[in-house]
Amino acid sequence: MSEESNIDIYRRRFMSGTATAAAGLAVAPGVMLTEVARAKPADQAVSSDIRWGMLIDTNKCNEGCNDCVTACNEEHNLEGFGRPATDAQWIRKVTLKDKQTGNIQTLPMLCQHCEHPPCVDVCPTGASFKREDGIVLVDKHICIGCRYCMMACPYKARSFVHEKLQDQMPYSPRGKGTVESCTFCVHRVDEDILPACVVACKEENHNAITFGDMNDPDSEISQQLKQHSSRQVRADLELNTGVRYRGI
Amino acid sequence: MIKYSLITLLFSLLLGVYTPGTAADVASGEDTSGPFIPKAQRRFSEEQGCVEPTGEMRANHMEYILDQRDATVHEGIRTRQYSLQECINCHVSDAEDAPRVDNEEHFCSSCHTYAAVSIDCFQCHADRPVKSRFDSLSNSSMHRIGSAAVPPTTLDSEQLKVLSNEDFGNE
Repeated sequence: MSEESNIDIYRRRFMSGTATAAAGLAVAPGVMLTEVARAKPADQAVSSDIRWGMLIDTNKCNEGCNDCVTACNEEHNLEGFGRPATDAQWIRKVTLKDKQTGNIQTLPMLCQHCEHPPCVDVCPTGASFKREDGIVLVDKHICIGCRYCMMACPYKARSFVHEKLQDQMPYSPRGKGTVESCTFCVHRVDEDILPACVVACKEENHNAITFGDMNDPDSEISQQLKQHSSRQVRADLELNTGVRYRGI
Repeated sequence: MIKYSLITLLFSLLLGVYTPGTAADVASGEDTSGPFIPKAQRRFSEEQGCVEPTGEMRANHMEYILDQRDATVHEGIRTRQYSLQECINCHVSDAEDAPRVDNEEHFCSSCHTYAAVSIDCFQCHADRPVKSRFDSLSNSSMHRIGSAAVPPTTLDSEQLKVLSNEDFGNE
């Protein structure tokens, strides 16, 4: 079955699940407009009814594939200055090798968008914050560049901009002297579009990354989390991360 | 809170420096001694050129942008009327050789240079319109959140009956 018709089936199934049989048929077109195309109105604030999350299936993540990283760098215009130690990196590929068996796994590591983010705890100015819908961001207007958050993050997810930048993307302002990290492509998510890395992975037909609302029991991510075992990286820290991994 | 009042205080100071210039401009009508301000690329609406009357924008544009900034960053409110991105889209040409913010002919710089008020918006923000890469994606259902392909085997017979009704093909 083609991609397109699967989507239609999903939508119809969702609709039929929410409406009662007869009445549902009568109001179905209206219901679909409001329920499925659920991008929030532009003038409405985000709410905690939603918690955005990501599930990464490491079994589908190919060694040597860097598409998610490339897509992120392109989307946010993260150019390098030939200094790998300090160049901005919002998502990176990590390789795990089992020394005993020689088994190699790779996975993308990015901001885990924790429910209890240590970066927010330590920020002295309130620049590091968590949006109502669970996305952890830096308000660069307030950031003073102290980099406490970079120290606090157990995932090494944040970067500091050391250089004067030019030609930033309009939806992704970045500047010297501030800390930055993965935004879950918040400019896309607010428009109901998947983050750049997820799209890149989908387009290559790897489908290793699932993105969605973890608060919605019917969302694909919730269904997958329910059906399969998954792990949080450093679950012992009890940060309740928004990024989960399968197969590690 | 102290932070915000400081910012407000700063802006009101800037306003103090800035207002006499504009007041003189308005009073003398076509004052050639003022800065050359490039024309906007388009109008906001039939009735008015900018999102607020010109005088109001000249005096208070920073207040509008500041309010919008916090709403957008923290609450995800992305209305376009007072967004800095839309200011740039209207007021700055998207031509390859259009003046950048370090050039006095850039819309923002023209006045800010004249009034000797430095701005740091464009250390981070784009100073000219850039076509968003994800614009073209918004119509593609593959890139929409929730466009998950659910295996059809999980559907029961009643749902399949609903599916056969082609009236539901359109969103």
